[in-house]
Amino acid sequence: MNLRSVFKTFLLWELLVGLSVTLRTLFRKKVTVNYPEEKTPQSPRFRGLHAQRRYPNGEERCIACKLCEAVCPALAITIESDIAADGTRRTTRYDIDLFKCIYCGFCEEACPVDAIVETRIHEYHMEHRGENIMTKDKLLAVGDRYEAMISADKAADAAWR
Amino acid sequence: MSEDLVNVEVDGVARQAKKGAMIIQVTDAHDAYVPRFCYHEKLPIAANCRMCLVEVEKAPKPMPACATPVAEGMKIFTKSPRALAAQKATMEFLLINHPLDCPICDQGGECELQDLAMGYGRDISRFVERKRVVKDKNIGPLVSTDMTRCIHCTRCVRFGQDVAGIQELGTTGRGEWMEIGTYIERSVDHELSANIIDLCPVGALNSKPFRFRARAWEMTQAPLISPHDGAGSNLYGHVLRGKLMRVVPRVNEAVNETWISDRDRFSYEGVYSADRLTTPMLREGREWRAVGWEAALEAAASGLKRAADSLGVLASPSSPVEELYLLNRLVRGLGSHNIDHRLRQGDFRDQHADPLFPSLGQPLASVDALDALLVIGSNLRHEIPILAHRVRKAARRGARVSFLNPARYEYLFPVANYLEVAPANQALELAAILGAALAGSGTAPPAGLAGLVRAARISDEHKAIAAQLAGGTQRAIWLGALAIRHPAYDDLRALAAALAVATGATLGVLAEGANAAGAYLAGAVPHRDAGGEVPSIPGLNARQMLEQPLSAYLLAGGVEPWLDSAFEQAAKSLAGAGFVVAATPYVTDALREVAHVLLPIGSFAETSGTYVNLEGRWQSVPGAARPVGESRPGWKVYRVLCNLLGIAGSEYQSSEEVRDELRRTCGEDLEAGPYRGAHAVAAAAEAARVVDVPMYQIDALVRRAPSLQRTRDGRAPAVTY
Repeated sequence: MNLRSVFKTFLLWELLVGLSVTLRTLFRKKVTVNYPEEKTPQSPRFRGLHAQRRYPNGEERCIACKLCEAVCPALAITIESDIAADGTRRTTRYDIDLFKCIYCGFCEEACPVDAIVETRIHEYHMEHRGENIMTKDKLLAVGDRYEAMISADKAADAAWR
Repeated sequence: MSEDLVNVEVDGVARQAKKGAMIIQVTDAHDAYVPRFCYHEKLPIAANCRMCLVEVEKAPKPMPACATPVAEGMKIFTKSPRALAAQKATMEFLLINHPLDCPICDQGGECELQDLAMGYGRDISRFVERKRVVKDKNIGPLVSTDMTRCIHCTRCVRFGQDVAGIQELGTTGRGEWMEIGTYIERSVDHELSANIIDLCPVGALNSKPFRFRARAWEMTQAPLISPHDGAGSNLYGHVLRGKLMRVVPRVNEAVNETWISDRDRFSYEGVYSADRLTTPMLREGREWRAVGWEAALEAAASGLKRAADSLGVLASPSSPVEELYLLNRLVRGLGSHNIDHRLRQGDFRDQHADPLFPSLGQPLASVDALDALLVIGSNLRHEIPILAHRVRKAARRGARVSFLNPARYEYLFPVANYLEVAPANQALELAAILGAALAGSGTAPPAGLAGLVRAARISDEHKAIAAQLAGGTQRAIWLGALAIRHPAYDDLRALAAALAVATGATLGVLAEGANAAGAYLAGAVPHRDAGGEVPSIPGLNARQMLEQPLSAYLLAGGVEPWLDSAFEQAAKSLAGAGFVVAATPYVTDALREVAHVLLPIGSFAETSGTYVNLEGRWQSVPGAARPVGESRPGWKVYRVLCNLLGIAGSEYQSSEEVRDELRRTCGEDLEAGPYRGAHAVAAAAEAARVVDVPMYQIDALVRRAPSLQRTRDGRAPAVTY
């Protein structure tokens, strides 16, 4: 033990160094936000709750190609398809299990018609068993409600695709 | 070196090839893959897709591998820069007019164009002009069309010309304006026509009932055997989450080659018909109550035990042998021999002379090599379409095929002689052929047939048929379903057998059902126990069981006697019985009228089982789909019934155990053996009626396949001759 360390030990030098960080931070601008009144900014690429989109004329985009089901690494998507009344290929069942989903966004990448998307919504909860399954109706309802946000996000990201 | 071999070089490796073989056959044999769309080994060569261009040394241009015969010293390069450039250029041309709709195309994932575009296509399109659009055709309820996707390989056209024998599809226009169609608006009706779905390398022709139901990659594949005809066509069932989604052929050169009939392909729709029985049911007065398996089986067993030897079992000839064998053990364990699967057979007088099992008398594959054939009482194309296809191949090779039928059926090959004879006169007519054959060889007719042969008037046509059967190396005489349903079937059979002896031809019986041969071996006939053992007193046959009401019946394997048997009184007899158990996948109002206990069993796709086809080939499959509702594989249900009835030695753990026990009983080499009867035919039948059941009405499963019912043959009514 040399003289230098003896002084450091008895003068509580390290403690002062630590407290100086505290003192400096005390006068800096805060980085914490008062959630939920305040929120941090989000990327347009944020991958949250899923939604299914429609074309502007109200026709649902999904064509039941099942590529999202095939690409899903967590096997969270279950699709059943059939011929619709107008002869087109449509899903009769489109379920996403939010407990299985790992929010990787592969489904969105695989979709040839931009039907399944992951919105920026990350604040959702379930109160009952079974609510973790996003059915086709629920997905379309989310899509209808947030279409403005989804299309704005798509447009913002378009330059990089 | 042999004369008919040539030396060639494939990708720098010296190979030998048969003289006259096409380059693509040589490259395929040596694992040098050449991309192709129009070439198919079962079809004639067209060379119109140009995808198989390969480089041949000293040839000025790349050569189509499918249409260039090999020559001595030829050097072939399948992957040289020049060959690849040609293949890639062809692919670009093919994709010019092909729509980019793979996500909604049912072929997506199993598409030859998709696969080859991955290997030979560019990653971007240089084509900016308008793409061609072609109107879709409606060609019937089985095949869907998306003609914009067509790449004009003409496989479907060549299938019609060469395999089916009737050109239902053709091309109009040239170049870019070429279209595949039916010329005038009509449906494609041939009984093998749906094979164009498999042939089409793109998504232009697809299965209509399966349209948009599932994707190729998400289904699992399990082998199946056709439950409709005695050919025993090999099938694959494609299953998604336990549900059978579609049926496709399984290649077996010895049985069905690469083809299957439309009936085999689309009957799966009946598996999920609305009248599927999903839980065991018990009748209480006029009311039906769903009960558990235990209660239902107890009720069935106690009822059967009460009936004991006055029980009759009517089994489906399309049930697996395991089920039929257990039914045999059940009924014989109760002291009765009343079990039969020959529901439509018209005559049982001579049944003691039956061979070990009804058989074609020759392997299916050898039918192609027949020199002469006489078919008695068979609408062959409707009864066993795959067999009719083989007969057509033989006829095109030069075989002389003659028919003795109650009506003129259309055959799509040259027919040597066609005798259109009312059922009542068929025996006399057959006797005339026999007379002609005997006159040729100078021998006397068998004692019992002499009178009829003398009475027959021999025409030139009879002589011609007899001469055909006597000449050539491979000849056959077949008795079809219309002969079997004939009220004097045993007369016809005795005459046919005598004719076979006189001419040296083989005698074949085209028994109805997918497992008629298996039913004989399993002992599902009143006069034979398992393995062909003869009981001291034969039981009642199907007709007797339905004509003289018994006290109890067991209807097994989805049998609906009022539709599946030739006896109109069937429903009445059953209604008069004190106790009727039906082990069936389906329940109808007619069945509810007569039955007391309903046991849901799995259909052909939902149970493991073995089928023996008409050449004596045992084919086992493990079962594909999950049984609907509470239903269970038939063999398990009968096994438990056997246990409840206290029949010793019925503690089987698997269907394989049941099959193996039966195989041991039957012995090693199974030969059907010839007919050795001495049946006497006094005179020709006075009035005889024969029902020609339409091909899509023959069993409970096809009757419930809606797409098949909408076809031309499905709308055809039954005809009584």
